Amino acid sequence: MPEAVYDSQKELELVLERCNEAVREPGIPPGLPEGFSGTLGHFPVYFPEEIAHAAGLLPMALLGGGNRMEMKHADARMGSFVCSICRSTTEMGLNGSLKDLSGFVTHPICDAAKHLAGIWARNLPDQVSQILYLPQNVNTPGAVRYIAAEYQRLRGVLEAKTGRKVSDEALRASLRTYNRNRALLREVYALRRDAPWKLSCTESYLLTRARSRMPCEEHNALLERALAALAHRKAPAQDKPRVVFVGGFCEQPPLEMLEAIDESCYVVDDDLLIGMRWLTADVPEGGDPVWALAESYVERSAASPVQHDARKSKEGYLMEMLRGANADAAILTAAKFCEPGLDDQLAWSKHFDEVGVPYLVLEFEEKMTSFEQMAMQVETFAESLLFALA
Amino acid sequence: MTTATASRPETEKSAFDPRVEGQRLIKEWYAELEQANELGQPVANVFVMGNAVEILRAFDFKLVFPEINSLQTGVRKSSEEYIRLSEDYGMSPDVCSYVKADVGLILKENRHPVGRIPKASLAIASNMCSTFIKWAEIWERWLKTPTFVLDLPGQRAAGWQVRPGDAQHSADSRWVEAQFAELIARCEKITGKKLDLDKLAEIEDRVNRMVGHWNNVMMLNRRTPAPYNAMLDGLTYIGIMNVHRGTQEGVDFMRRLEQHLEAKVARGEGRVKDERFRLLFSGTPCYVSMRRLVELFENWGGVFAYSDYLTFAAGGMDAAELRYDTSRPLESLAEVTAIAAQRGLSNQFFAHERLAQQIRDYGTDGVVFHGIKSCRFVSSGMADTREFISRLDVPTLYIESDLIDPRYWADAQIKNRVDAFFEALGQRGSRRAS
Ligand code: SF4
Repeated sequence: MPEAVYDSQKELELVLERCNEAVREPGIPPGLPEGFSGTLGHFPVYFPEEIAHAAGLLPMALLGGGNRMEMKHADARMGSFVCSICRSTTEMGLNGSLKDLSGFVTHPICDAAKHLAGIWARNLPDQVSQILYLPQNVNTPGAVRYIAAEYQRLRGVLEAKTGRKVSDEALRASLRTYNRNRALLREVYALRRDAPWKLSCTESYLLTRARSRMPCEEHNALLERALAALAHRKAPAQDKPRVVFVGGFCEQPPLEMLEAIDESCYVVDDDLLIGMRWLTADVPEGGDPVWALAESYVERSAASPVQHDARKSKEGYLMEMLRGANADAAILTAAKFCEPGLDDQLAWSKHFDEVGVPYLVLEFEEKMTSFEQMAMQVETFAESLLFALA
Repeated sequence: MTTATASRPETEKSAFDPRVEGQRLIKEWYAELEQANELGQPVANVFVMGNAVEILRAFDFKLVFPEINSLQTGVRKSSEEYIRLSEDYGMSPDVCSYVKADVGLILKENRHPVGRIPKASLAIASNMCSTFIKWAEIWERWLKTPTFVLDLPGQRAAGWQVRPGDAQHSADSRWVEAQFAELIARCEKITGKKLDLDKLAEIEDRVNRMVGHWNNVMMLNRRTPAPYNAMLDGLTYIGIMNVHRGTQEGVDFMRRLEQHLEAKVARGEGRVKDERFRLLFSGTPCYVSMRRLVELFENWGGVFAYSDYLTFAAGGMDAAELRYDTSRPLESLAEVTAIAAQRGLSNQFFAHERLAQQIRDYGTDGVVFHGIKSCRFVSSGMADTREFISRLDVPTLYIESDLIDPRYWADAQIKNRVDAFFEALGQRGSRRAS
């Protein structure tokens, strides 16, 4: 048999197809990959997947219901003024799509998210339902100790659920697997910065999001294949402005919205799916793995509107993103009814007014289905940028 | 260090009008605030939940409660003006109306209907309500107010049992204590004074006495007829509980209030002339229309015997065993704060566990849930909690308006719902009748 010729385009298509297939349905896919005894659903943003992974529970980032899900139960259980991701997560809890989870973990990122633990406890009492109390004060000495204790607590809860001890060795192995993942994702984002014509925001989004429904090991293999194929990709650079996208830290915009932005702009950095890549550097692999993770939350975590850290001002980190990606402008989005997002969107726009950075303000909902108007807004914005930059 | 309070003559007891006295204390507090900047006094912005008031008082900080400023714009019917100002500035219609009223206040250069609000030299924002932090970030960036985020861990899961002194409580207390140590260092820097532990202990002693009376005040409303309405009279009481926590005026108010209510109970005098239904109110008030709302219920002989607002809006300080050990004021402050915060939060995030007990304790015939469009802290889990409580065969009513935004008050619609609720209750009969 002649050896198959390596076709990078075909390879990339295959990888993206696998990613698409993995994330097509927002619920839990049937069957468990080898080595896992159950699944642990976690709500954005800052969940240490390594602990679930080491416990043999497949971490499943719950990222909302998308724009094809019918709401049958949640409308009666959550006020219309709550963001879509909370409502669709509740819907999936009530309509059976998440019934096979072993557990559900949320965080004190905002008040709506905190309420999900109570909703889970009332309606899915057989699942583990927890709030992982990550601190909103990381500047006081003692924060690492507190986080480490909270992580140890989670470790204990998962051990009780699975009936299996989580050894330090297993945790270190998970750290290594995830450190590899972090390195690969950094490469993906570096490519977006250095040669955005080679990889669109939508493609990179799909590549990243795939980990929400597969083991990290499989994801690493996919990312390696994708990066190898992308190195061969021949795509001409186009005349598009370089922009940064923010506001996608928790609820996710529909893919169609990202596609519409890709049409007119190069998105050279973003905070999309930040919950899947919130550790910005490798977690030290030696020493106590839980301590290393806790210390990484304090020292190596991505800023967002739902994390308070005196060292990271909201304006400061966005300006840093712009500088780091050499971007001309920003698209400032917020999910509808997301109080932290809406507050920071205004703060960012006021800051940009002061320092003279061009920006476009957009509001989205994961369930939105019409994009024509938004596409036109983005196109007009991009044209005005090109005109100004010319 | 505890000093017993001698009981006052009966004439004083009967002369005490909690509403008038409460208003006087609030007025005086605002008058003091007006002068704070000119007198060079340190000023701190604090929220009603998780505020370390005891430490701040030990450093003689004047306390500004921005939530109370905002609700006062509602009570004084001027909230819409402040809210609109902030919306014109760019704030979303979908965010907390308290925050918007406060941004309106900043835009009006701190001119409030009750007077001028002083500029703060420190803000403490706890994580008990996440909006507190976003709110403080606005001051940080706009007014350059130094902010201290006080992180108070809450209930982690349903059925969570934390008892004073157990391993989890000790760990949480250590975390809180570490933060207090840093806060104290900040206060020392701002004021140029060292923390006086004796003074802290005295303040804690006054809080102990206040909380003791406050618990008794709440217990008195378990009696039938209820001597006060938790969502009208109770709002004055909790205002004093917050603004005067740790002051002698606060202790005196609570003591006299307890005596006043005891006398009412002894006379068999209820808030409502003919009390027919005892109700529990879950959620926050709508300060622009609270009198009207209560009237809709009292017209049917319905009284709010209890509200979870009276617990969480005082930071969870209503559990009898929560007393500061004034012989070790700092450690004890951390221990009590850790557990009180958890209780305050549990009233929201695992509300069903508390409500079921409160329904029994106060012998209520039904629960009224008040959803607030712009407050996710109280409202996000409410409809689901209501569904859970209904499964316990407890009649419930859900109404929706806002804290202080009059545009969300739909009088006819709310009245219809209230009337229908009472008709159904009437058919069922009150618990006392059965
Ligand atoms: S989208 Fe915003 S409001 Fe909704 S859960 Fe996430 S952070 Fe909270």
